[in-house]
Amino acid sequence: MRIIMSDKITECVKRLCIEANCVLPADIRKRIDEARAAEKWDVAKGILDNIIINYGIAEKGMQPICQDTGMACVFLEIGQDLHIEGSIEDAVNEGVRQGYGDGFLRKSVVKDPLDRVNTKDNTPAMIYYDIVPGDKLKITVAPKGFGSENMSQIKMLKPSDGLEGVKAFVQKVVEEAGPNPCPPIVVGVGIGGTFDKAALLAKKALMRSTDMRNSNPFYANLEKELLEKINASGIGPQGFGGLTTALAVNIETMPTHIAGLPVAVNINCHVTRHMTEVL
Amino acid sequence: MEKRITAPLTKDVVKTLKAGDSCLISGVIYTARDAAHKRLVELAEAGKPLPIDVENSVIYYVGPTPAKPGQAIGSAGPTTSYRMDAYSPTLIKLGETGMIGKGKRSPEVIAAMKECGAVYFGAIGGCGALLSSCIKKAEIVCYEDLGAEAVRRLEVEDLPVVVVIDAEGNNLYEIGRKEYLETL
Repeated sequence: MRIIMSDKITECVKRLCIEANCVLPADIRKRIDEARAAEKWDVAKGILDNIIINYGIAEKGMQPICQDTGMACVFLEIGQDLHIEGSIEDAVNEGVRQGYGDGFLRKSVVKDPLDRVNTKDNTPAMIYYDIVPGDKLKITVAPKGFGSENMSQIKMLKPSDGLEGVKAFVQKVVEEAGPNPCPPIVVGVGIGGTFDKAALLAKKALMRSTDMRNSNPFYANLEKELLEKINASGIGPQGFGGLTTALAVNIETMPTHIAGLPVAVNINCHVTRHMTEVL
Repeated sequence: MEKRITAPLTKDVVKTLKAGDSCLISGVIYTARDAAHKRLVELAEAGKPLPIDVENSVIYYVGPTPAKPGQAIGSAGPTTSYRMDAYSPTLIKLGETGMIGKGKRSPEVIAAMKECGAVYFGAIGGCGALLSSCIKKAEIVCYEDLGAEAVRRLEVEDLPVVVVIDAEGNNLYEIGRKEYLETL
């Protein structure tokens, strides 16, 4: 059995927190560049130009792309043949504490949702555990801003609502969000499972590279169709009108109950940040 | 063509601004988010003096990242404005003339803007690194315990914003989208 020390996890999480907040993933840059080339509305072109300038400044100076450096969502895929020496949860939170401190990132977490006192170190992280075959540890850090998180919704549709119901719900969520989540957005959709699993699927959909479509051709086509419909809405960059309301729609699905059709829509802004390392 | 305006912002200047105008703001503005707004409005409702001069003030809805050594401020883009909707009418009635944020506002806020003469600007959400370069000086005025949400006094130069809702209630989120769709 392979053994790793938990301090290796702390170092990795720290590094990923800082880099994910300052360096925009290559696929999102590609989507923004493509959108800029396709846009015909002058206001929208100007906004996309500024977005491109902004992520350039951020990477060059290792400065946060956005001031909302998010809650640290940390996805762990733990090989079942791996033994971790020490507390994995403590190691992740220590990595977040060090990353948000040393990286000059904003501390945006309150200890209690109603009492609302800031924890001052951005902990605790939101940690997601998956046990997978092998002896490796895959760590993904995705800082999640709440301008877009707040615009996310979940709905327990009826099976009779079917495909049309799913499409209508996704479009309704984007329409209601309008300018609030800093469009252009990335739309993560989770269909199936239970109430909670649908939401998790939607969040995991946002981790998938926008270079990749769903491996099932039916859902790959649905992703394309929904993207076209969303971009026909005219909301545009920042809600000032234009072609580019969304950069991508990513759908993930899983089996569900005979009585149910859960659909969750998790919205990300154009600062769709995530970075992965394998230990 | 961009309009150059200075803050504090007088009601005479507010009247000249129309939804869709691109503006560059220079001068002194204040930062406040939900938590600070709540405290300011509680003071106002209790008839107590406020820690900032609200008359002709421009308030920027931002919680910046910490400044690195040599920086005046860290990344500093706008946060979503609707969370301030419960508090803005009170501040507008006390003389606030400008708000900078992003996203929709409530009918109550727009009514107060029309009644008293105030304007709502949008800054580009998600461009915090770029907007930071327009902020030359930042100091905490009050509520330091709120961390990123403390009220700061900012000296800004040519901060780029767009008039989203003007003092007549014209709304760029409606106008811009409609005009774009009409070109198709």
